Amino acid sequence: MASGRRPEHTAPPEIFYSDEEARKYTSNSRIMAVQQELSERALELLALPEDEPCLLLDLGCGSGLSGEVLTESGHMWVGLDISPAMLSVAQDREEEGDLLLGDMGNGMPFRAGSFDGAISISALQWLCNADSKEHHPPRRLFKFFTTLYAVLRRGSRAVFQLYPENDKQLELITGQSMRAGFTGGLVVDFPNSTKAKKMYLCLFAGGTTQSLPRPLGVEQTQTRKERLWGKPPKKSREWVLAKKERNRRQGKDVRPDSKYTGRMRKGAF
Amino acid sequence: MKLFTHNLLTSSIIKGVTKGYPLKIVSRKVEISEKEFNPELIARLLSRVEWSALCEAAESVGHGGDLPTSVPENAEKDEEFLRKAHHVLMEIEVVDGDLVCPETGRQFPIQNGIPNMLLNEGEV
Repeated sequence: MASGRRPEHTAPPEIFYSDEEARKYTSNSRIMAVQQELSERALELLALPEDEPCLLLDLGCGSGLSGEVLTESGHMWVGLDISPAMLSVAQDREEEGDLLLGDMGNGMPFRAGSFDGAISISALQWLCNADSKEHHPPRRLFKFFTTLYAVLRRGSRAVFQLYPENDKQLELITGQSMRAGFTGGLVVDFPNSTKAKKMYLCLFAGGTTQSLPRPLGVEQTQTRKERLWGKPPKKSREWVLAKKERNRRQGKDVRPDSKYTGRMRKGAF
Repeated sequence: MKLFTHNLLTSSIIKGVTKGYPLKIVSRKVEISEKEFNPELIARLLSRVEWSALCEAAESVGHGGDLPTSVPENAEKDEEFLRKAHHVLMEIEVVDGDLVCPETGRQFPIQNGIPNMLLNEGEV
């Protein structure tokens, strides 16, 4: 969010997310919009049965922005966060989910098979930092993933939107999740855009084998010309159609496609 | 903390604890609020509610009264029962108190309705 420094290098999460930082989550509309979009995409990746209210776990629920998305989709949720300041904001916003003050790295304090799914927005990378000499990130990650696996119903998913610092960190996270019994993988939306690129670790807790959901912003069908250059040539009909599709996915108002879309126009329009 | 959430919580994260369930509730302040009744949600949640632990919890905060000792047959269609379950699960909140581990006696304080499940170094 802030240019340059990663938050995890500044302070442990319970200190970084102070009252002042927490207040941004109710006052900065851009932050709120981004978090909402990430939460909606994560919920989509959970692939829950349609129109059925489910019980979900929100890991690193913070100020409740992600939880609100869950509530609006008709689900019940329990949120866990390590920052009292952020949880206080969630309470002020009168979020519907129940909140818990806790450390993900200590494990999940719930009965087995309690939840139909779990989401986590912009939180998992915090587990990779050793904030005290007793902290051992790989062990904490393992404890987290094994207990998470246990509290999820068989066949359900856990989706983590995260900002890994580097490949090594990403490998550590995915490695520990696999050791804990999860299958699944990484879904990278808009992989070619530094600004729009977002990563979602999509994990399956047992059940029948499932395939990874499709990422956004990746051309599914391409003509030979496009494959050569990687993108449709600027201003071609394909480019216009792709741009309209992108805008539709962002929720913008877009005219329906017709045989006139991307047609060459004569002179001044 | 709703009684529904309490029904899911364990102290199994503490080193050496085998089951850590159910947590005993020591309540200092309990609030009753009104929450929208969603029979579909309650019916779905029933499958993962430990009913006897719920009754015990409701008793300990002084709202045991009405509850049957076990979940009736075809509970999903029994609106009267679902309403009672909804009330106990969703509308009773412990705002101030403690949760106590049944195996170690360790207390987890509840402040402003939020249980503090943070552990000390030696307990991990």
